[in-house]
Amino acid sequence: MHIIDRRRNPQGKSLSNRQRFLRRAKRQVTEAVRQASAERRIRDVADGERIVIPTDGLREPRFHHDPVTGHQDGVATGNKTFREGDRIPRPGKGAGGKGGRDGSADGDGTDAFGFVLTREEFLDIFLEDLELPDLMKKSVSRLENTKPERSGFATSGSPTNINLLRTMRNSLSRRIALRRPSNDELDALRAEIADLERTAPDSRKLDELRIRLGLLERRTREIPYLDPMDIRFNRFEAVPRPITQAVMVCMMDVSGSMSEAMKDLAKRFFMLLYLFIQRRYRHVEIVFIRHTHKAEEVDEDTFFYSRETGGTVVSTALVEMRRVIAERFPVSDWNIYAAQASDGDNLTADGPEVAAILARDILPITQYFAYVEVSGGVGELLKTNSNLWRIYAPFATSHDNFAARRVAGRGDIYPVFRDLFTPEKQSV
Amino acid sequence: MCSALTPAADAALLFADPDWSYDAVQRTYDAIEEIAVGELGLDVYPNQIEVITAEQMLDAYASIGMPLMYGHWSFGKQFATNELLYRKGARGLAYEIVINSNPCISYIMEDNSMAMQALVIAHAAFGHNHFFKNNNLFRQWTDAEAILDYMQFAKTYIARCEERHGARAVERVLDAAHSLMDYGVNRYQRKRRVSPQSREQRARDRLRYEEKSYSDLWQRTNPVDAGPERDGDGGDQPPHPAELVPLPEENILYYLEKMAPRLEPWKREVLRIVRQIAQYFYPQKQTKVMNEGCATYVHYRVLNRLHEKRLLSDGGVLEFLHSHSSVIFQPDFDDQRYSGINPYALGFEMMTDIQRICERPSDEDRQWFPDIAGNGDAMGTLRDAWANYRDESFILQFLSPTVMRRFKMFRLSAGPDDPEYLVEAIHNERGYRRIRKSLARRYDVGLHDPNIQVVESNLDGDRTLVLRHEVIGGRLLDREDATAVLQHVADLWGYPVALEEVDATGHGVLREHQRVEPRD
Repeated sequence: MHIIDRRRNPQGKSLSNRQRFLRRAKRQVTEAVRQASAERRIRDVADGERIVIPTDGLREPRFHHDPVTGHQDGVATGNKTFREGDRIPRPGKGAGGKGGRDGSADGDGTDAFGFVLTREEFLDIFLEDLELPDLMKKSVSRLENTKPERSGFATSGSPTNINLLRTMRNSLSRRIALRRPSNDELDALRAEIADLERTAPDSRKLDELRIRLGLLERRTREIPYLDPMDIRFNRFEAVPRPITQAVMVCMMDVSGSMSEAMKDLAKRFFMLLYLFIQRRYRHVEIVFIRHTHKAEEVDEDTFFYSRETGGTVVSTALVEMRRVIAERFPVSDWNIYAAQASDGDNLTADGPEVAAILARDILPITQYFAYVEVSGGVGELLKTNSNLWRIYAPFATSHDNFAARRVAGRGDIYPVFRDLFTPEKQSV
Repeated sequence: MCSALTPAADAALLFADPDWSYDAVQRTYDAIEEIAVGELGLDVYPNQIEVITAEQMLDAYASIGMPLMYGHWSFGKQFATNELLYRKGARGLAYEIVINSNPCISYIMEDNSMAMQALVIAHAAFGHNHFFKNNNLFRQWTDAEAILDYMQFAKTYIARCEERHGARAVERVLDAAHSLMDYGVNRYQRKRRVSPQSREQRARDRLRYEEKSYSDLWQRTNPVDAGPERDGDGGDQPPHPAELVPLPEENILYYLEKMAPRLEPWKREVLRIVRQIAQYFYPQKQTKVMNEGCATYVHYRVLNRLHEKRLLSDGGVLEFLHSHSSVIFQPDFDDQRYSGINPYALGFEMMTDIQRICERPSDEDRQWFPDIAGNGDAMGTLRDAWANYRDESFILQFLSPTVMRRFKMFRLSAGPDDPEYLVEAIHNERGYRRIRKSLARRYDVGLHDPNIQVVESNLDGDRTLVLRHEVIGGRLLDREDATAVLQHVADLWGYPVALEEVDATGHGVLREHQRVEPRD
């Protein structure tokens, strides 16, 4: 009999099959990811998730009997009260009981198929859906870089990391503790013996000294100068790059003119922004501010899902943002990002106020201010500029940290980020 | 130093530590071998035990237990499902996977405790191993010596095909072949056929002989018989291609491989690979109850014997009994957990019952099993059963009233439109035989899989391939899946495919499926 340890064999033999499977299910998986990301919170966007996809295209058909046709018979166990000739109700197809036998024995009765995507796989598909170029995808889904930092000593490591000082110190203390004779001691003894050999070759002391020398030499041999247990290695710990914190302020117009599709687009924009910011900063806070003719800070669910009626006064949101930042996020400790999504409606009279707050209070303290104007379809892009657009447009040229984009579909979201994250602008 | 302190009885234990070690596994293996081979008289292939991690176990699951498998998305799907269930904790992993090969490879998981490893070794390395080596279905149909080499060949062949013809093309052929896997099996030993080459050779030889011995005289005195001479392998005309595989043919994959008019050679080889694998697993499909029963019975006997010999501690026995009893758990029909009859439970129960009948028969047993009741040779009887039966015949032969009472079996039936089931038989004198017969039929693959054959190929006409389903008891095919499979058949065949469902008792055509044209 042989026992073979296969644990060291390459793991993940099924990985290529998994990729084949994902490729095969691409359309369904993309759809499922799209749905999942619409449901999940911005902060969770990058986690892997269990997704359920319909099985069309993934079915493995076989010839099998249709369970509702023909004469059925079979044997079951656990009879308690039945007698021959009894009639018992027949459960619906596949509804436990006896139906389970026929329903699941042949064919796959399931019409949905659930499994878990890893974080990378999820992001891959999520980002692909946004039509990001490959380079950008790579940089977003890349895991956080860490830097090795010295932290103490270890008993194992690579030879290049041996800490000589610590090793020799251990060696010394061990030699002292075990009373390994030093070279000086031995030399002195040898000299004394040589001396005696010349002066009194037959003396008893000479014999004693020789025995003693033998003893010490044996001890020297048996207690090594440097023992593997003395060796210490410098230990390095992977430390994430310096933690900086950022706050992302999401502002959205929630008045009746924003449709669900618009909000979904806005949400994707916020998610992507979060991903980018999260890549740069270890700790990212998100603040949600919604506004109609008045603005308030809310939680994420309220932000995306509750409806509010009213007019549209954008400046209220900016004022609210100014207040939140002043109260909780001192500029010296926080990098501030602002993202605003709106359909472009604004009270005409509010225009100068918006421009003033933006120029005076907001832009000087934010790393970046991104404005997306969502519109329902391509047709809308052709109409004349919206109120808000007319106010914001000049800032895009006058300020480096301001970007305004119009977004009609998922594919339009990315270009905003190209501006935001092109290398020459990475001046944080 | 420690052994001096422990009581003398424990000194003989195979292992005291719950964690396993190579030494302990080796010691345990030797002790089990002594019991299994020495006392129970099992006959096994040499064993090879491989330690793997949980993740590798999931991998092995996904490739239907084979250590080597070609790549296909369905295995990835399988893996994803298993992984999800495993992560959710909805399903534990099997403790072991065993491969019918020589040497017999058993996988054991690194997380198992030593008692579990002992259980697994007895179960897989001796129980299953004995069954693989001795059951006549396996002896007749699978080649344990060659399977691993063959899988290696299959894997590299398919990988090469993917390089040469593109992954997509290979995937399509595999999809099609997998959908016909149940119809890629030879159920009967095939008559050795004369290959086309040797036919040709024979025809040439004959011609040469005729030329050599040509005599004008014969022609005049003995005019050539005008009747067609068609006795299969003797004719001097080149055989009609349709004769190479005579119809009807139930091995659809085989038929397509040999006869599909426009199939490229590499695709034929792929079909052949899938067919070989289907054939390899065919006996396992027919012997689930027996195979698992045999392994469970063996581990139960072996571990109890180890305990008797004071080689296994009480704690070890309790641990073993805990997993043993969950393996052979049979929920009642009205239980949430019920999903048919547990093959482990049925097999184990029947085999312990055979032991009882051989050793301590009751009057009833003497009446039902006159041949074996009280013969005192339980192991001999069991070994004989393991060697010569499959599930269907085993149940038909050996399911005793005791076991039926123990499981409280009852038989139900219903017509297609009945709102209710009729209880046809319960575990009483009147019902035993009917229950037994009905249960045996459930394990008859011939009845479980629809009986579909190739009946016409029209090679001289429009080349429409006609499949026929012989319907038993009015059970028709699932229409949607049948259409999907037909599409695969049409893609391989290259011409239209039709399917008709005909009543086996001669009541005419019940349903005709739409002809399916091949996709490009």
